[in-house]
Amino acid sequence: MDKRKIEENIFKGLMIFSTFIIFGSIVFILVTIFLKGFPALSFDMITKTPKGGYYLGKEGGILNAILGSIVLGLGATLFAFLISVPIVFYLNLYLKRKSKLAFFIRFSLDVLWGIPSIVYGAFGFVLMVFFGFGASLLAGIITVGFLIIPIMARSMDEVLKMIPQELKEASYALGATKLETAVKVIFKQAMPGILTAVLLGFGRAIGDAAAVLFTAGFTDYLPYSLFKPVATLPLAIFFQLGTPFPEVQERGYASALILTIIILFINISARMLAKKFNKNIVK
Amino acid sequence: MNTRKFKDAIAKKIMFSFCVFILSLAFLIGFILYQKAKPILGVQNLWQLLLSGKWHPTTGQFGMAGFILGTLWVTLIAVFIAVPVSILTSLYLSEYMPKRVKEFTKPVIDLLAGISPVIYGVWGVIAVVPFVRDYLMPFLSENLPFFPFVSDNYTGFCALSGGIVLAIMISPLMVSVMGEVLGAVSFEMRETSLALGATRWQTIKFVVLKKAWPGIIAAIILGISRAFGETIAVLMVAGCSIQEFPKSIFDTAYPLPALIANTYGEMMSIPLYDSSVLLAALILLVVTILFNIIGWGILFKSENE
Repeated sequence: MDKRKIEENIFKGLMIFSTFIIFGSIVFILVTIFLKGFPALSFDMITKTPKGGYYLGKEGGILNAILGSIVLGLGATLFAFLISVPIVFYLNLYLKRKSKLAFFIRFSLDVLWGIPSIVYGAFGFVLMVFFGFGASLLAGIITVGFLIIPIMARSMDEVLKMIPQELKEASYALGATKLETAVKVIFKQAMPGILTAVLLGFGRAIGDAAAVLFTAGFTDYLPYSLFKPVATLPLAIFFQLGTPFPEVQERGYASALILTIIILFINISARMLAKKFNKNIVK
Repeated sequence: MNTRKFKDAIAKKIMFSFCVFILSLAFLIGFILYQKAKPILGVQNLWQLLLSGKWHPTTGQFGMAGFILGTLWVTLIAVFIAVPVSILTSLYLSEYMPKRVKEFTKPVIDLLAGISPVIYGVWGVIAVVPFVRDYLMPFLSENLPFFPFVSDNYTGFCALSGGIVLAIMISPLMVSVMGEVLGAVSFEMRETSLALGATRWQTIKFVVLKKAWPGIIAAIILGISRAFGETIAVLMVAGCSIQEFPKSIFDTAYPLPALIANTYGEMMSIPLYDSSVLLAALILLVVTILFNIIGWGILFKSENE
């Protein structure tokens, strides 16, 4: 075998090994979380709120954190959606493909996407103090909303870029304004992609801990007011793992399993929905 | 003007104002954090804060060098592991893997990117920390008793654990950006090389990588900036007690984001403490924005060519 072939095989082997590491790590993570979390999982965990001394090993569950995360995630997703949609429609309908402004908007979305969530958390914290309210559901929603705007807007933009120019022109030719085209034609056409983007944002909103640490606070109660602190699942996991009691840490693993299942569910349904709605698209 | 046209004009204005808002958001965040960091900058010199390792908030000493070095140390370890693995994986996906199998890999990479940082942290505590403590550390520090393997921290909560967890967290981003860069290299170029009798690896080495290397560098820069800002997962596994200077991959590390997260609750009680922590956030913001501008700048530029 000549030298070239040997080199080829060595590098091919290394590539297969690396690919195996990347794809193996996700299996490894999921299996570890499942094996550790499943034994500690109980019906109480998902149906009860923490009783006094929960973090010392007493009775209760983390329903407050599960519901809190879902409510906060929904709120943040709605907030980010309301800001992202006008931006991506403006980018794709009102601006020319090569326009400088469009370039700068896309560029700043990319840069915003790279800002760490702890910085959004600090920003939200300062805003919160400035406007004079404490850690609350609303502060958490706004902070996490800012965090997921770039994620949502970028993936919606990818979808809207794909929409054929002919479709827009057909709509304009019928006398529709750009706004009518956006609402009645483009929105329908891009529905599956927009839904996927929304679910991606929702998944990120539920999973993030650094941004809510300062802004959403933590509580043992179920979420009931926009102006009261709210518990979130990632922080519940973080706190449970931080205690020195093995039985509380076990519950932390179980909580991690719950969060993983929620995020897996969101990811998979994003793909399924995208497939389902794909049928309605005009090709 | 009729109502339909009027509505369109109004909508255009509103949409435009949202765009202006998003364009200015990064500046707004920077401005607000700067306002809050001002008190400490008024008392102490920025360079002094960055270069001093003395962090004693109660006596008014806010030197951040230990945290900055901690961030760099953990990031260096993560990059050292993640960069070769990501480059080789993205090459395998784009050059060798059949298209039908490739379709299936993207959702998996996306899922890896979508898993919550806390889950990575939990996994790190369950799997990585014991592995480092029971196998890697005894083995390496006995057989290679020199820098950077010597340490007296036997807990497993160390810079290396943080680096390993971070490496897996930043890989999906790097693999997907590199994948796009490699996908943009034209097939004609590869075919020309193969037709001249080059092996696949030679084609990769002399044609594909030659064309794609700016994009790959950009992907690495974006990965590094992601590693700088990662908070909760690193906080959970890196030990987080302050080091003056990183001496070993098995020593604890205390990165800047972890400092910000940890001071939650106590920072309002000591004068200038909150200001110095928000200065840390501002530093993080400026550095990640710079890295992202460079990274995305390279990508946009090579896309236009």
